[in-house]
Amino acid sequence: MSEVKKTVAGIDIGSRSIELVVLENGKVVDSRRVPTTFDPLAQCRLLLADLPDLPMVATGYGRKLLVDGLPERRMTAITEIQAYALGSHHLYPEARTVLDIGGQDTKVIALSPAGKVLKFEMNDRCAAGTGKFLEFMATALQVPLPEFGDFALRADKRLQINSMCTVFAESEATSLMARGEKAANIALGLHLAIVQRTLAMLRRVSDTPPFLFAGGVAHNACMRVLLAEALAPPLIIPEEPDMVGALGAALYGRQQPAG
Amino acid sequence: MPTPYDEMWEKLNLDLQAHEGLLAVLGKFYGDIYLTQDKRLKGMEYLDFVLSEVHGLRIKELQEAKAQSRKIIGTFCVFVPEEIILAANGVCVGLCAGAEIGKEAAEKILPRNTCALIKSFVGFKLARLCPFIESCDLVVGETTCDGKKKAYEIFADYAPVYVMEIPQMKNACDRDLWKAEIRRFKDKIEEITGNTITAEKLAAATTIVNDRRRALQRLNRLRAASPVPISGRDVLLINQVSFYDDPIRFTQQINKLCDELEERVKAHQGIVPENTPRLMLSGCPMAVPNWKLPYLIESSGAVIVGEESCIGTRNTRDLVEEKGQTVEEMLDALADRYMRIDCACFTPNTERLDNITAMAKDLKVNGVIHYGLSFCTPYATEAFKVEKALQAAGIPMLAIETDYSMEDVEQLKTRVEAFVEMVR
Ligand code: SF4
Ligand code: SF4
Repeated sequence: MSEVKKTVAGIDIGSRSIELVVLENGKVVDSRRVPTTFDPLAQCRLLLADLPDLPMVATGYGRKLLVDGLPERRMTAITEIQAYALGSHHLYPEARTVLDIGGQDTKVIALSPAGKVLKFEMNDRCAAGTGKFLEFMATALQVPLPEFGDFALRADKRLQINSMCTVFAESEATSLMARGEKAANIALGLHLAIVQRTLAMLRRVSDTPPFLFAGGVAHNACMRVLLAEALAPPLIIPEEPDMVGALGAALYGRQQPAG
Repeated sequence: MPTPYDEMWEKLNLDLQAHEGLLAVLGKFYGDIYLTQDKRLKGMEYLDFVLSEVHGLRIKELQEAKAQSRKIIGTFCVFVPEEIILAANGVCVGLCAGAEIGKEAAEKILPRNTCALIKSFVGFKLARLCPFIESCDLVVGETTCDGKKKAYEIFADYAPVYVMEIPQMKNACDRDLWKAEIRRFKDKIEEITGNTITAEKLAAATTIVNDRRRALQRLNRLRAASPVPISGRDVLLINQVSFYDDPIRFTQQINKLCDELEERVKAHQGIVPENTPRLMLSGCPMAVPNWKLPYLIESSGAVIVGEESCIGTRNTRDLVEEKGQTVEEMLDALADRYMRIDCACFTPNTERLDNITAMAKDLKVNGVIHYGLSFCTPYATEAFKVEKALQAAGIPMLAIETDYSMEDVEQLKTRVEAFVEMVR
């Protein structure tokens, strides 16, 4: 690669939010987030409005939408698997297993020491075990989502919630409440259910530490504690866990020949 | 729109209105997936034609055969020895169905968690949309997976069903059972056609079917070239059409197509650049018009160079030995050849693992995509073993489980694209 200044952008269009990272000579010079809403394309236009014409790489479930919808931009696309692999390896070259829990899907990626994807699995067929599930349950327990993790950590006992289906879990939670169970205990039970499901998926793909936990759900304190408890240390959590995909996309753009 | 076939379809008791809708959808689907391809072989025009006439000209041919008192025998599995049918001057048609048709009706008489293939052939029958089933004098089922085995019991209320017993293992006693089953089948076919199967007729029939296998083997050798000279979609289509086209005409046409392919390979011409990732499909059969996954793969920057499936190499890999002189010797040869089929319904089924690994190496693939229909236990379970075997050989595998619906296309696309990025 030449030494000339190279600026690239990565955009991760997820089901809940859209993230943007701009890299200049490998340094993050800008990073932003907007909610996805029902019109992701309009949100992207807004997000990119003041950016000059620079090479961009889109990832996430809306990547195609962006490539087709913004023909005026120099835009390529990669999958979120590739993006999270690149981003994770860049931030923490030692990471060997990436767990990403986003708004509507969960991914596990096994990485080689050189950062190459060895194997991956995604669950994107139902909300069970994803950020959507947590959001739903937080609403049911009337706790603001950003506080849901801390709220659950105040539990004094570990309840078993058996249903992972969002609808059934809610009715299970409701009947526990009716029996007088503390809301915090129920919240912890719901987090435990997600962790169990996530671990099963994770172990199918890779059991190699260090583990890196990314995606929006990595902000949740209870998920962090429970996963750290279950997995071989250290559990790496990036400072901005939901920017990893956008960063990876931008890094991909950096590797591409200029043009 | 009236067609020259309306009267024939009406006689076959098809639901004309729904049938017209089906053909329209099929035509559109075919146009999008097939006719948009670049650098297609001239020889594919034959396949385009056959497919466009799949419910027309071919059905007319079947009616003409019937008028000459030939019998039409439908099958659902590559275990049913076509040679026997042809030797009795019958016509054999594959009835496997690859479209989500009559699903609700099928779900009234079958459990919902039945694989799409079974639901589809039942659905086609209940919705009166398949002129092939309606033309059949006999429909041959077989005891392979539990889903099919039990579905035939129910299907027997709607069509004349005969069931062959397929062994589950490959010991000497299983081979004996299978030989006895072939003989019983021969008796049944002789009875229904009124023709005696002589050594001469059976030898001729064996050559016809072997010739078709040889043509498809030739196709598979040629398509393996680099750069890849024909799309995987096209090869899948050829394999699909082999199940209901006239075997002699089909073989001629495929050999012609292979001549063209040979030229292309010599000229080092490909349909995609040489460095395009080469993938192989493995698993459940993909019946017409189930082109969903191949299309997805080939529009994700990869090319398919092999199909390890019953609508693929499992049906064409082995020939029947043609040395036998007597009917008995020929039946032995048939029994031996069909016992080599490595379907996941068998236990253990280590041949399949060896065959997949060998094929993947031969074809120099970058990866294998294992295709399972939802609720197909035999293939879903075996996928774990396939993955292990491939892993040991250093070949990455992606397991996909899906059905005929289009609901999951976006999710599948992400998986397939990520796999292509990974193996590139
Ligand atoms: S997969 Fe097995 S049961 Fe199905 S057609 Fe092939 S051999 Fe028959
Ligand atoms: S795909 Fe599987 S479940 Fe369906 S008929 Fe074939 S073997 Fe049976």
